[in-house]
Amino acid sequence: MEQQGLDLMDQALGFHSNKAQQQPWPLCGRFVLVEDCVDTSGAFVLHHILKRSFTSHPSSAVIFLAFANPINHYDRVLRKLGCNLASQRDTGRFFFLDMLMLQCPVEGEPNHDGLAAVFEKIERVINELSPENKKFVTVIVDDISCLELAANGSSNDVLDFLHYCYTLTSENGYALVALNHQDIYSDGERPAFKLEIEYLADILVKVDPLATGLAKDVHGQVMVLNKETQKQHGISSIKVNNFHFKIKENNTEYFYAGTRT
Amino acid sequence: MAESVCRSLRDGALEGELAPTLTIKDSLASPFGFNVFSHILVQLSSQIVAGKSQSQGMVIVALSRSPSSYIDLLKMNGVDVESSKKWIHILDCYTDPLGWKDKTRKSGDITDPSNQILSSYKTVKDVNRLFSVICDLGRGLVGGSKSRFCVAIDSLSELLRHSSVQSVASLLSNLRSHEQISCIFGLLHSDLHEERAVAAVEYTSSMVASVDPFHHSVDGQGSNLGNSSRQNLTKGKFNVRSKRRNGRVRVTCEEFRVEPSGISFAPVSSVDGAAVAVAGLIPKVQFNLQLSEKERVDRSRVVLPFEHQGTGKPIQIYDGRRSLEDSNNEATPISGGKKEDSGRGEIIYYRDSDDEMPDSDEDPDDDLDI
Repeated sequence: MEQQGLDLMDQALGFHSNKAQQQPWPLCGRFVLVEDCVDTSGAFVLHHILKRSFTSHPSSAVIFLAFANPINHYDRVLRKLGCNLASQRDTGRFFFLDMLMLQCPVEGEPNHDGLAAVFEKIERVINELSPENKKFVTVIVDDISCLELAANGSSNDVLDFLHYCYTLTSENGYALVALNHQDIYSDGERPAFKLEIEYLADILVKVDPLATGLAKDVHGQVMVLNKETQKQHGISSIKVNNFHFKIKENNTEYFYAGTRT
Repeated sequence: MAESVCRSLRDGALEGELAPTLTIKDSLASPFGFNVFSHILVQLSSQIVAGKSQSQGMVIVALSRSPSSYIDLLKMNGVDVESSKKWIHILDCYTDPLGWKDKTRKSGDITDPSNQILSSYKTVKDVNRLFSVICDLGRGLVGGSKSRFCVAIDSLSELLRHSSVQSVASLLSNLRSHEQISCIFGLLHSDLHEERAVAAVEYTSSMVASVDPFHHSVDGQGSNLGNSSRQNLTKGKFNVRSKRRNGRVRVTCEEFRVEPSGISFAPVSSVDGAAVAVAGLIPKVQFNLQLSEKERVDRSRVVLPFEHQGTGKPIQIYDGRRSLEDSNNEATPISGGKKEDSGRGEIIYYRDSDDEMPDSDEDPDDDLDI
């Protein structure tokens, strides 16, 4: 693993500075849900986790389901962060599933199993992985709102799909990371959709603007809620971390509130 | 009380009565419903294995957790899952609830034939078939018509998502009415459903246990755990409402604490703990609705305007500007005609009682003398 200090986000996600305690990939078997809003995008969290997943273990693999942006976008962003997606793809560690043009058949039409087919594709990619790369697989979904659009607005189909992806975490010990735009669902007819996904999540990363408005040196605040779940008993303890962040050209800085002058 | 809930489930159903049904209700503000569910599962399982409960077997309908996690849970708590006398069966509605994985699995059947306690169920939207499968599995466990088994459903919310409120309510009713089912318990996330759906499930339950936060947040943003107090992260309130056969409802309140080893329950720790549960039912208002003795006496002395004094004298209309003595000196011609002599029609008004309530059945205009 890279010899670099762990920032607040890493610590909140479960990386430990003490190497002895740390598993190679602490997100194994966990579902990380990132919630953002119009005022403050949470995409930087996805980029952070994507970069970390490559550096966590030499044989980790990432399956990226892109509903929101094409591969060039992520390529440019990750290159600024010091990560080359093209070479990861060539070495069989990065699989980009371009879902931008996906439009599921409407219910009632033949072959109405659009998201089932997407899941089938994920399983096929997993089956084709080399055995050593199968141990630390991370599935990233960007993002759930666009996924719902592709599913013709059927939130039930989206929840079924997320459930199936979640079974990958419990059955195979994979990590699942997804981005959701909370302000689309927080009021109105379907708040339950957002809550359903929050129930499923093991780690909730909420990105919000500052209550005081826009600022030059602080771009927003992050709350990381980490449920220590023993899958048998349920939640055994909950850790909450709150800090601020500033997105810079080549990285993102995380710091406690009030520690920036 | 958690103990009494477990006892009710252990004692099961009487002949000819519906099976006791427990719904555990939680929300994101205190998402520890599953901890309570596992606690009850372990307690009841131990009693089944020890032969101390009416149930001789248990069917777990696993929708939100993998079956292997239940096997691990029971093993960790010292419950023998692989005993020679088969007492448990887990219906796996978690791994492949809609049959999506059938398309990719080359072997087709993911169930290990050597694993006797697991069956997979791939049509979770078909609630009628689910009922038959549960009954068949239960009968397979306990055999004859006199033996009973219990049913645990780990997520009623998942069932409500896949099918209608009516289907789920009728599933619960059918299970309750089944002659071989001893008791049923399930978990529901109340903030995921409309109130009527939650109410429908509560109506079909004989016991409703709510897992509530220790401190309710003041503002409306408190639904997320991150916004709530530190205490809400590890403990909360366990409120149980149970319906007795005679119709009486018993409400109890306890505190629970969540630890890595499980969940523990304790009486409410505040000074007036016993009164807390009851006090919570009475709405708190800022004013006193009862009358004190002095207030009652004063009220009986109030002279109501337009009411007959019943003394035969000309009616004094008290218009509020002068005292009663002043107006006595004036004769009011308006009412004169009414009380002249007994030859003509006369209205004599007798009060039924001195403290007749203002909202009596009589026409309220009867006492007007205009």
